[in-house]
Amino acid sequence: MKTNKILAWFVVAFGATYFIVPLLATFEFSLRMRRGEYSFDAYATVFSDVSFRESFSYSIAMAIATIAFGTLLVVPTAYWVRLRLPQMRPVVEFITLMPLVIPAIVLVFGYLRLYNSSSMIPFTGTTRGTDLLFLFALMTLSLPYTYRSIDASMRAIDVATLTEAAQSLGASWTTILFKCIFPNVISGVLSGAFITFAIVIGEFTIPSLLNRPAFGPYLQLIGANRAYEPPALAMIAFAMTWLSMGAIQLLSRFTISAPAKP
Amino acid sequence: MIKETARMSASKADLNRKIFDWLGIAPFMLFALMFLVVPTLYLVTGAFQNAAGEWTLENIRGLFTDKILASFSISIRISLASALGGALIGFLMSWALVLGGLPSWVRSLVLTFCGVASNFAGVPLAFAFLATLGRMGLVTLLLRDWFGINLYATGFNLLSFLGLTLTYMYFQIPLMVLIVTPAIDGLRKEWREAAEILGANIFQYWTKVALPILFPSIMGSFLLLFANAFGAIATAYALTGSSLNIVPIQLYAQIRGDVLHNANLGYALAFGMIVITGISNVIYIFLRMRAERWQK
Repeated sequence: MKTNKILAWFVVAFGATYFIVPLLATFEFSLRMRRGEYSFDAYATVFSDVSFRESFSYSIAMAIATIAFGTLLVVPTAYWVRLRLPQMRPVVEFITLMPLVIPAIVLVFGYLRLYNSSSMIPFTGTTRGTDLLFLFALMTLSLPYTYRSIDASMRAIDVATLTEAAQSLGASWTTILFKCIFPNVISGVLSGAFITFAIVIGEFTIPSLLNRPAFGPYLQLIGANRAYEPPALAMIAFAMTWLSMGAIQLLSRFTISAPAKP
Repeated sequence: MIKETARMSASKADLNRKIFDWLGIAPFMLFALMFLVVPTLYLVTGAFQNAAGEWTLENIRGLFTDKILASFSISIRISLASALGGALIGFLMSWALVLGGLPSWVRSLVLTFCGVASNFAGVPLAFAFLATLGRMGLVTLLLRDWFGINLYATGFNLLSFLGLTLTYMYFQIPLMVLIVTPAIDGLRKEWREAAEILGANIFQYWTKVALPILFPSIMGSFLLLFANAFGAIATAYALTGSSLNIVPIQLYAQIRGDVLHNANLGYALAFGMIVITGISNVIYIFLRMRAERWQK
């Protein structure tokens, strides 16, 4: 048992080294901008860069839109499948897992061929249209995570009883959905939202091929042309990921289980 | 007569209700058709057609040319190597966390970190490894200054098979830990006790009991890691530009500028990617169903 424990510590220490050394190295590298001494110059340069702020706020806006529309698409669907169409569950689940099977680059290739400016639905004909297509692409990418977390929190509540109770009190479908179901699955919505946020902020392939000024292509451009800003940006991106994942952890720890259990 | 009308209106109400039921998921289905199913089918059918729209296997045959085969080969090798390394180290870490007798804060700390690190991919990850193992990276410099080892003189290059594999393992290991820890959690103490009572030593317990039970989980996770690495592009692109010709980068170049000079060959390339990730995912789902038998 003793050797077991030593071995376990050794394995964890090895893994921890693998995880931590690149972070330390990145941080150290990001401080090297001024010759001969450590400084935060690289961060100052990054934050004062107009295209950093523009691309970052563009990606944040896209992330918020993705979360909002993704939730509006997934919550009613998951609810309806549980309530009325349980026989469709495998089909819907299969569809939501498809984005994990089909690489993002293949999907966006399909979009570019189907929805180009000379097609029946010319999304890429205008800037707004391309933004919209980008939004739909991001919703597709986040579908597996959003659906799974929302469906999991819907499992915890008794959808049918809640609905009947609301109906017998005379609630309309919109009231049921927004005042009754939604508040009960908010923890699932939020934990899906944070993963979506992390995905959207880092996404490179899709905005790059759709020519949208998002954060991912900006990162790539800086990486190809600068030396000290990229590690600073990597640290910022890592901090963003920590924040969103930390928020999920907090959420799952402090969420009191849904009140509507029978 | 009245009965008849009643029955008719009843079946009509039934029909109305059915239509109403199906309307509820119509937006989702429309979305899935427009942004998942039809784009994929479009590429797949395109892979079997020539420029004039006639059916042909010419594009699929075109995949088996040296250049494209080479990029599939390097892609598959990198994905296999990083999945293998990730699965092995990740499994050992999960074992240490669950059965190693470590304090519980270690477990929650490592699992939280894995949640973050498995999502830390793409372009920033490439930057992190350039700052670590690049020509001016911290580890490269420390090895040179402290141990007198010139990493790049030994033939190591971050922009290579080994470099990319090491980089990919940064998100592969945490992913493996996250997937396989619940499976190891599911190993019952009774099974171990039973084996011990029957006189098995620890080696026999692992090879005859634990690993066969865990095998579907481990194999399934391995396939998921493989597909995960196979479809990844951003890290490789930011790290190597287009110097390492993995399939996603090849496809990226094809989408940008038709470097293959044949649009339908591009569709075939995409089809090839779907086939590989599709096969590994189908086996993964099958294995997961087998694994769940033990987790009840």
